[in-house]
Amino acid sequence: MILASLVETAWNAIVTHRMRSFLTMLGMVIGVAAVILMLAIGQGAQAMVREAISAMGSNLFIILSGASTSSGARVASGTTPTLTFDDADAIAQLPEVRAAAPVVSGQAQLIYNGVNWSTSVFGTTPDYAIVRGWDMAAGGFFSEADVRAGARVAVIGAVVARELFGDEDPVGKVIRIKQAPFEVIGVLAPKGQSLDGRDQDDTVMVPITSAQQKIFSNAIRNRARFIMVQAVSDKVMDRAETAITELLRSRHRIGERMEDDFTVRNLTAIAETQAQATQVMSYLLGAIAAVSLVVGGIGIMNIMLVSVTERTREIGIRMAIGARRRDILMQFLIEALTLSLIGCGIGLALGVGGAWLVANLSGIKVVVSSAAIALAVGVAFAVGVFFGFYPARRAAALDPIEALRSQ
Amino acid sequence: MDALIEVKDLEKDYRTAAGVFPALRGVSLTIAAGEFVAIMGASGSGKSTFMNLLGCLDRPTRGTYHLHGIDVGRMSADALAALRNREIGFVFQGFNLLPRLTALENVALPLVYSGMGKPARRARAQEMLARVGLAERGQHTPLQLSGGQQQRVAIARALAARPKIIFADEPTGNLDTETSRQVMDLFAALNRDDGITIVLVTHEPDIAEYARRRIRFRDGRVIEDTESPA
Repeated sequence: MILASLVETAWNAIVTHRMRSFLTMLGMVIGVAAVILMLAIGQGAQAMVREAISAMGSNLFIILSGASTSSGARVASGTTPTLTFDDADAIAQLPEVRAAAPVVSGQAQLIYNGVNWSTSVFGTTPDYAIVRGWDMAAGGFFSEADVRAGARVAVIGAVVARELFGDEDPVGKVIRIKQAPFEVIGVLAPKGQSLDGRDQDDTVMVPITSAQQKIFSNAIRNRARFIMVQAVSDKVMDRAETAITELLRSRHRIGERMEDDFTVRNLTAIAETQAQATQVMSYLLGAIAAVSLVVGGIGIMNIMLVSVTERTREIGIRMAIGARRRDILMQFLIEALTLSLIGCGIGLALGVGGAWLVANLSGIKVVVSSAAIALAVGVAFAVGVFFGFYPARRAAALDPIEALRSQ
Repeated sequence: MDALIEVKDLEKDYRTAAGVFPALRGVSLTIAAGEFVAIMGASGSGKSTFMNLLGCLDRPTRGTYHLHGIDVGRMSADALAALRNREIGFVFQGFNLLPRLTALENVALPLVYSGMGKPARRARAQEMLARVGLAERGQHTPLQLSGGQQQRVAIARALAARPKIIFADEPTGNLDTETSRQVMDLFAALNRDDGITIVLVTHEPDIAEYARRRIRFRDGRVIEDTESPA
């Protein structure tokens, strides 16, 4: 029997029972839509994490003041500032390290022209921009000379620029940070959200010296809240971590049995772990959705079995006039396959449409990949063949005389 | 005379809950090409079992059946299907048309299984509909046709693959006297003009009158085999 007439026969059977065909497909439709939507959301989350990682900068360590435990009692890192600016300079001299930037930070009120805005202020060195990979949208970053001189200059993030200046050009304007006047010399290019969900563009950066003198004047002199370190490459990350730890232990005169008064965290490793977690999550969502595809397949098998019983006489007639067993087998197999592929098509449309809606209504990032579509179509095809085969084989195994006799 | 059908010591047993039931108990006969045969007998006489065997829908328990010199008893189910498709046309008491297909599509159906292309199928089906006098009814579905018309569509379907033999099982059982006469005239014409061998199962004597040869069954055996003079 020719494929064209098989498909035509299948199509006629489907169209004749429109409502039943639709209900049969529904399981498939929901399954495929769920797979597409879940994978889109999962892959969207992955893409977001990847973007956040590349925005964070590569091969990063953050060194926090204080240990995670102290004399058995757990204290939050950074509560007692034990890291000095000189520690940062010493770390920067290590061969495994490209740059190290000490940071003091805190919340502060900004005022420009009667408008005020509360944001996080970072006092640091020009190395910070290098380490974190910050680009400039306008103007420039402050220099080593600014740091040495304690210059009252500031670089502002995109969000601060928008909130304080609107359409105005911020470069050259003077803002007040905790009442102290600072000249804006640059605007940072936007980076978006960080991995922990903070808006990285809602920030102001000033020379670390000026920050200590004018903004965080209560803080202990020459003590950093944390030091941001970039290794020369991803291959030396472990060596760099050991070297930094040894260097700080000797500089802080920590005895062999004593605990560190600082914590070194490999930010890149943490980010990668998070990326892997999102990936696993994404696969998990897809796998759960795939279960509904299997359920959809069972629905198709169910109806095909009913259909074979109902059309026993038709099968008998077809056999009498010359249909071979494989002709009957193919007829019902193609019918099941057509049902599942049409269901898959509708499910695809719903899934892609649903992903679009999610993206536009909730702002969650979604990615509909061609791989996800290929996967859904492939699984739908496999399910159609797998669950269509048993009813089709039952039809083909009928005895023509018995079949002709049935009503 | 050329033997189209040759059966020897044909036996068929059915297994039932009550045990083995012998439906045919040794039938031997030959039917030549171009004959018009009526098979008669009461229900349970074995005539339907015999028809199913002759029509290659079933295989004998014992004995041999040669169709065109081919030993049918040894053929696989698929080979039998191909043989039915090529050599045999069936006409049933209940017409057995597919209700969702048009008359034309019903007639063309056997050709689908012989692998003929769609345009050729339609042309042949149209030709056969014309042969049974229903050229104008091709687009009607069975439910839009009268019983006599449906049976003629079924005859056109039996003719579609140009078989040498037509098996008709009580073809007038569901028809009134007038339409029965028309259908039987059509069989007679096919036999006379086209040389198609016709084997007819019936229990009505006046229908059997159309055939030149009458074979009567009782209890799974042939008890009478008579031929009217040509």
